[in-house]
Amino acid sequence: MNENPLAALAALSGVLIAASIALIFFYVPTDADQGFSQRIFYIHVPVALTAYACFGWGAWKALRHLWKREPGADLESYVAIHQGVIFGVLTLATGSLWAKISWGHWWLWSESQLVLFLVLFLFYGAYFMLRYSVEPGPARANMCAVYALFGVVLIPISFLAIRLANQLIHPVVFTLQGPQMAGSMFLTFCVSLAAMLTLAATLFHIELAGKRIDSRLRELRELLA
Amino acid sequence: MILGITAAEKYVAAAYGIVFLVVLVYVLIIALKLGRLDRELDELTGVVRERREAEEELREEVPVG
Repeated sequence: MNENPLAALAALSGVLIAASIALIFFYVPTDADQGFSQRIFYIHVPVALTAYACFGWGAWKALRHLWKREPGADLESYVAIHQGVIFGVLTLATGSLWAKISWGHWWLWSESQLVLFLVLFLFYGAYFMLRYSVEPGPARANMCAVYALFGVVLIPISFLAIRLANQLIHPVVFTLQGPQMAGSMFLTFCVSLAAMLTLAATLFHIELAGKRIDSRLRELRELLA
Repeated sequence: MILGITAAEKYVAAAYGIVFLVVLVYVLIIALKLGRLDRELDELTGVVRERREAEEELREEVPVG
């Protein structure tokens, strides 16, 4: 395991995913208010928090690139944002399904939490347009890092929007008084969150390794030309 | 309710299915990319091998003394 930490991380991710699926469908009680559809909560919220974590990690790496000129930080920031966008797509898709069964609508423009998450998602979606419209090099790395840092400001706004808004269609379960749910539900949620975070970390390292090999092969090709 | 499956169960299955499908597609894309990198590495190894063989042939042709 020490020789191949990525394999260990992938195995941990697999175990946690299996555990979370078992807990969600065989352990956690059905919610009295929403019924069976509340089980979407255990995938939707961890996926959304993982998207935030990926964007946050991308911004942190962007800061390291600008501040410390850390080698490879630009690539790590790019891969983290790519992961964030993938988890963002999943957040929007699972959220829409949950909204349809719970509220009767696929999307509600009046809900600031939904709209702000969409803004955050589109902002980071545009990151790729910026990245692929500029020639690779230090200028592109700097521009992308600044852009990634701007986007991170939207994360706390998106997270707090639901708590600051007056309309409370979107449920709030994590308050200053702690999680507003039964202990078994909170345990299931924590395992699901850990599963999503380890899955994201595994995919991040796999994609990063692929990008690094690609970059070295390009370098080797240039040397041999 | 169709075949004993409620609407809520269908939506829950769809939500989990989408996550599974997206991760599967992502892994497939990564696998295709790794295949491409493997082919490129093979190609570059071939180029290096050909160059080395050419160098060795040239070395053999040089008259001694």
